[in-house]
Amino acid sequence: MANPTISTTAAPGTPPTGAVRSKSQQKRRNRYVIAPLVLVGVNVVLFLVFFVWPGALGMLYSFTDYRGVGKLHFIGLANFQKLLADSTFYAALGRTFAYTVLSVPLVYVCSLGVASLLVSKAVRGRTAAKMVIFLPWLISPIVVGVIWKWLFGQDFGFVNFIISLLGGSPVPWSSNGNLALAVVIFASAWGGTAFNMLLFIAALKNIPEALLEAAELDGANAWQRFLHVTLPAIAPTSFMVILLSTIHAMKEFAMIQALTNGGPGTENTLIVQYIYKTGFEQSKVGYASAASIVLMVVLLAIALIQLRFNRKKG
Amino acid sequence: MATAANLPPAVADEAAVGAGKTAASPPASPGKKPRGNREARAKASVPLTVVTWLIAAIYAFPLLWFLLSSFKPGSELFSYPLSMIPREWTFQGFVDAWERVDFAQYFLNTATVSIVTTVLTVFFSACTGYALAKYNSKGTRLFFVCILATTMLPTEVILNPTFSVIRDLGLYNSLAGIIVPSVLTATGVFMFRQFFLTVPDDLLHSARIDGASELAIFFRIMLPLSKPILFTLAIFSFQWRWNDYIWPLIVLNDPKWYTLQVALRSIVGAENIDWPVLLGASVISLLPLVFVFFVFQKYVLNADVSAGLKD
Repeated sequence: MANPTISTTAAPGTPPTGAVRSKSQQKRRNRYVIAPLVLVGVNVVLFLVFFVWPGALGMLYSFTDYRGVGKLHFIGLANFQKLLADSTFYAALGRTFAYTVLSVPLVYVCSLGVASLLVSKAVRGRTAAKMVIFLPWLISPIVVGVIWKWLFGQDFGFVNFIISLLGGSPVPWSSNGNLALAVVIFASAWGGTAFNMLLFIAALKNIPEALLEAAELDGANAWQRFLHVTLPAIAPTSFMVILLSTIHAMKEFAMIQALTNGGPGTENTLIVQYIYKTGFEQSKVGYASAASIVLMVVLLAIALIQLRFNRKKG
Repeated sequence: MATAANLPPAVADEAAVGAGKTAASPPASPGKKPRGNREARAKASVPLTVVTWLIAAIYAFPLLWFLLSSFKPGSELFSYPLSMIPREWTFQGFVDAWERVDFAQYFLNTATVSIVTTVLTVFFSACTGYALAKYNSKGTRLFFVCILATTMLPTEVILNPTFSVIRDLGLYNSLAGIIVPSVLTATGVFMFRQFFLTVPDDLLHSARIDGASELAIFFRIMLPLSKPILFTLAIFSFQWRWNDYIWPLIVLNDPKWYTLQVALRSIVGAENIDWPVLLGASVISLLPLVFVFFVFQKYVLNADVSAGLKD
């Protein structure tokens, strides 16, 4: 299985830059081929076994009506044709897009906003505040789901209690599909801020002070400085946060399992949940694999579009 | 809130084992604290401070409400008007959760998976990251792109084929089935690669001239240098594995191998949710990570994570 790697590693005959000349050719070969091979070996095997193999298998399955046992029976593109006519698939895909489009900007704004405040020297108690805001990072997606389910419980939650105290009528957080999705989005922003905040803090600290001071001398106010100095300076980090958050949102699974379980009904079933339901609960492995392939293509397209967009801007 | 100072030493030791190293002296944090504090004192802004703490309060609230609720007796949980502070403090929820759910077993399973995977992840990520940073060949460049691809195409999108692979390898329904596939993480490899890129090549060259073998250079010079990254990744990895849901879900079938997250999901997924038990169980499941975090928080909060990616 490791054969392709051996050949590609061995192929370039020229030693890397800065080679030490005092050794024999054979020894140098050992040095620059064997040593890195030993070092990456385990991860190469893991990559082949747990990414390449399942990926290839998934493609194979998507052309069959495999149900988890027995022989593979090829049915051509039938799965894809059925998928394109499947309204629940479209619903899941659409809901996933809606969730991504709404939650990614929210996560971005929250984490950048919090990070900007936390690097500002004018704020007192920054270290403590940072720790408090970072706490949700420790909490698993399942428990994040539980926490927000508890907070937004329709008949018993704190939020509806406050609303009724203020004279409003209880809001149907779990029986209205859009409101349920809103809760999921809040929860994702709450859980997703911490890590992205760290990325932004690191990026913000790397902006040369002189740049901001020069802008200030030129009469730029705080907002203008942020817009014209800070934002361009952290563009690579912004790109990374948006790309990773998008992929993360597209594959959201655990938190929703705990928070709404795709409800009310199946209204908020996202795509990974759809794949899990068809593939495991109904064991339509071939069909679920076809859906996986579509999701894979979508993710790849998103990554390429964002990469291209990023390159153009840079 | 517990602080690092008042933790029992046993916990700290255990956490250190989880991080892959015992008795390691913490390296100095790269802080410019004194200067920052002095400047902050010079021009502290009241509105900005208030806004920051208001936001912190908003972030803290869901967790605080959850924690306080877990100390309420079942009868008080749903009785309006709700009160922030429990009118009657009780540990009954925790006791019930501990009895109803086989926590000792789930803790053991989760801890085994988290610790073993973390040690392996840190070690192999260091090896791979070093090779990718210091041996520039077509092979290593190709593998770097492959690793990059794994972040774009996560396991979640290929659930069924992954299950087939696990089954065919005989790893189904075993903890090894969660551990082995989780060892390779793109973030870990990137973190180490990024770090080793900053280590000057001269160090490598002079060691070679002194006749050190390649692997000796890695183990005796490079690996010790990377200690801060090592700790940072160890905590990240521990958190990922402790909180992981999808791998245990597809790999484990027998409840005796369940990890905490799968067990919690079975409580919250029930037709009628037993809230007192769920609250207690959730809070119990958080404690180990909170301890680890407060012991090692500087490796997370001060880490220059710009190099890293999410799992």
